Amino acid sequence: MSFDNLLPVFIVMSSLVPGVMIFFLREGSHRIRTLLNLLGAFLKLLLVGIMIWGVFHERVYETQFLIAPGLEFRLHADALSVLFVTLSTVLWMVTTIYAIGYLENSPHRSRFFGFFSLCVTATVGLALAGNLFTFLIFYEVLTLVTYPLVAHRGTPEAIRGARIYLTYTLVGGAVLLFGIIWLKSLVGTVAFVQGGILGAVDPALYPQLKIIFLLLMIGLGVKAAIVPLHGWLPKAMVAPAPVSALLHAVAVVKAGAFGIIRVVYDVYGVEFAHELGLLIALGIAASITIIYGSLRALSQDNLKKRLAYSTISQVSYIALGASILGPVATIGGVVHLVHQGIMKITLFFAAGNYAETLGVHKISEMDGIGKRMPGTTLAFTMGALGMIGVPPVAGFITKWYLGVGALNAGVGQWILPVLLLSSLLNAAYFLPILYRAWFKESQGAWPDERIPAGGLETHGALLWPPIITAIMALAVGLLAAAPYSPLEWVQLIAYREYGQ
Amino acid sequence: MIDALIWVILIPLLGGLVAVLFPRIAGITGILSTAGMVFACLVLIKLVADSGPQVYLVGGWSAGLGISLYADGLSSLFLLMTAMIALAVSIYASSYFRQSHLRLHYWPLWLLLLSALSALLLASDLFNIYVTLELLGISAVALTALDGKRPAVEAAVRYLVLGLLGSLGFLAGVALLYAAYGSLDLATLATRIQPGAASWAAAALMTAGLMIKTALFPMHFWLPPAHANAPAPVSAALSALVVKAAFYLVLRLWLDLFGVSLSGGVSTLIGLLGAAAVLWGSWCALQAERLKVLAAYSTVAQIGYLFIFLALILEMPVGIPRDEAIAGLMLMALSHGFAKSAFFLSTGIIQQRQGHDRIKELAGAVQGMPVTTFTLALAGIALIGLPISGAFLGKWQLIDGALYLHDWLLALVVLAGSLLASAYIFRVLGQAFGNSPYPTKVLSIGMQEIPAMVLALIATLVLGLASGPIWPFLEVTVMSGRAGM
Repeated sequence: MSFDNLLPVFIVMSSLVPGVMIFFLREGSHRIRTLLNLLGAFLKLLLVGIMIWGVFHERVYETQFLIAPGLEFRLHADALSVLFVTLSTVLWMVTTIYAIGYLENSPHRSRFFGFFSLCVTATVGLALAGNLFTFLIFYEVLTLVTYPLVAHRGTPEAIRGARIYLTYTLVGGAVLLFGIIWLKSLVGTVAFVQGGILGAVDPALYPQLKIIFLLLMIGLGVKAAIVPLHGWLPKAMVAPAPVSALLHAVAVVKAGAFGIIRVVYDVYGVEFAHELGLLIALGIAASITIIYGSLRALSQDNLKKRLAYSTISQVSYIALGASILGPVATIGGVVHLVHQGIMKITLFFAAGNYAETLGVHKISEMDGIGKRMPGTTLAFTMGALGMIGVPPVAGFITKWYLGVGALNAGVGQWILPVLLLSSLLNAAYFLPILYRAWFKESQGAWPDERIPAGGLETHGALLWPPIITAIMALAVGLLAAAPYSPLEWVQLIAYREYGQ
Repeated sequence: MIDALIWVILIPLLGGLVAVLFPRIAGITGILSTAGMVFACLVLIKLVADSGPQVYLVGGWSAGLGISLYADGLSSLFLLMTAMIALAVSIYASSYFRQSHLRLHYWPLWLLLLSALSALLLASDLFNIYVTLELLGISAVALTALDGKRPAVEAAVRYLVLGLLGSLGFLAGVALLYAAYGSLDLATLATRIQPGAASWAAAALMTAGLMIKTALFPMHFWLPPAHANAPAPVSAALSALVVKAAFYLVLRLWLDLFGVSLSGGVSTLIGLLGAAAVLWGSWCALQAERLKVLAAYSTVAQIGYLFIFLALILEMPVGIPRDEAIAGLMLMALSHGFAKSAFFLSTGIIQQRQGHDRIKELAGAVQGMPVTTFTLALAGIALIGLPISGAFLGKWQLIDGALYLHDWLLALVVLAGSLLASAYIFRVLGQAFGNSPYPTKVLSIGMQEIPAMVLALIATLVLGLASGPIWPFLEVTVMSGRAGM
């Protein structure tokens, strides 16, 4: 086994090992816990850096062994997995810092950080999975290790939310399992191959392949919160803010979206899926989700709930990109994997700061909050503008590529209205918040001001993460053309996929 | 070195004698004997892997006259599982019964049970199988009634009566076969047996008898009270090993003896009973108010999976898919054995600490014992069949096999069963979150918590990730079973 063979394993291990060790720490030993967390995060980042360089230079990083006859456990790094791994690693690190500040002095921290690390381990594992079987293993493990995070607060509401989450995801997992086994029994392999594995399949199997595609999309759609499988997501908002942030930006929701990309591009192959008429169905489901999520977001007064419905809407841009044939739309969809993550995590950090510092949970309580917490609110503003698609923040790039891609593919007549309507709705549910925050006068005392305004508006560990991610959201938009920017990298993915 | 076969039986038997004679060192004797069994099993596995199935003639008499022992992949893996679980249970029991006078009766009976179990797994003729089956049944009944309280004794008596009924059916079948073919040796019978009324009647009687013993729906009703009222180390052994031994015999008979010449309708019936067991057992587990009752009904469901598997295997033509299905079945059985014993042992810890095992009132208890809760979670994952566990790989093969035969119904039953299992497992695990104070110590009773956790880890991580080396071994040795003798 050479280093290249083991690199994917090391990357998975770099959060697994600290995670397992953290479980055994005493509640009070927060220094060792923080040290372990940060060591793991830095090590992972370093290893990912090596991997980025290697994949760009077309090195092969692959670990595989036979777990059972015909079932291969396979970790494999390609450009797409590297993109997702990098996103997870960077945002995990930021979120860990945030969580350390957020959970200061609250109970059960060893359990929390242990599962937090396992959550990232599972996400990275499914990003590196080299076939659907391995993907499924990590996908299910992700469900299991996220459950304690959602239930973390231990209130009846939290336990109920966690149970709803679990019900949705386990049923989705069972459907996915069934689809994958069926697919494997038809074509003999479930490996991820650029351009798909179904090119030479007997046309008599087409009807079955269509049903299997539907099953796979249901299984993945639960986590990706595609309507009508989204019901768990607003309920899971009872989780602590760092968990919501990670769930919405990287871990669970993204795992579903990432799986959809994998199935469309590397299992079915985008052209074959188009031929079977599957893309159009996916596109319709994604469009409905985009509009529905935005409409529901409009009527939420609870800030986290509004953000949750906004996630439902935004994540489906990724599926929408996958459903349009052509490299430009692919770029728009895949790059949104990164863009949505950075922007949404900023928004959730900010929402967590409002709740933790001032006890503000509702939008109607946010009047004048910009004066009290300018840094947080600035970050929030950046995220919100990005979501709406205001240039030059990240979200604009996504929408631009999706629009151009739709025109190129000749489906502009219905994709463009969807994009336009969605952007209007995004503006309609974000701009009033910004207006209240910046331009309205404060209504008096804050509901539950816990952290007094001293030198900083709140704890440093809470303030810096959203500012960092807000800067990232701006930077990936502004510097989109720079080498190694997400956009550049996604172009590499798209061109490799379309063989250009 | 071939003596490993006989040692697996002798070590616990001798240990049992020592435990009777010197009750003061019974606990340590139990641990040492089971450790010796593990070692003997490892030697045996190595032999089988290197040079194929092993035969041993007790006292040197040839098969017709004396007792012969036989070990292939199937039996040696079941043996290894038995020995490993026995070791963990013994370590656990030495702490569990420390304060109790029950240990005087527990150790001799427990070691006798292990000896009978080993002899059963190694027996190669039907009469010996019958004798060991009775021996196993009697010692299991005695262990069930160990604490002498009314519910336990009632359950034990019911267990005894049904067990005898099962043995009687088995014996009648054996007699029929002997009358028709003039032999009791499995290998000889396999070459002589012909389809016909006698064979069918024998197969039906023997299988029905074993179905009672393995608690296949609808003959499962004796199991929940028996397993739920016995002391935890006993429940663990009963659910993980004793029930499994009866299933092993069903497997042996159908793979080696009846399956060769008798087929048709049976597999449909077996499959339907298995499906009903999965759904009914899981449903009852979901309704259970006590943790041990939940675990017992979960065993009923798990036995159902094994029978669904058997039904599929009987339908399959000889070939790679069939071999893989057999290996998947084995993996599932092993995984369940380890997981269920871990589950029962953890339940025992909770019951001892709390004085009860009512699921709704467990919140504080499970939070105070993180290792036990973790063990319950791992065992639960294996019972549901989620990754990473041996049961997941087994379930994959099961659904794969069902799709291969276009048996959609069974595939859906398996999925539904897993979802029901998730529901009942997470009903328990949901208790682990609440606002009671964080425990000061991670490990409270190491002697009990560690063996349970090791068993759970074997069921999940070891069998789920590192079972690779077992698979080819399983397929080859099971397939080259008696037919090649």
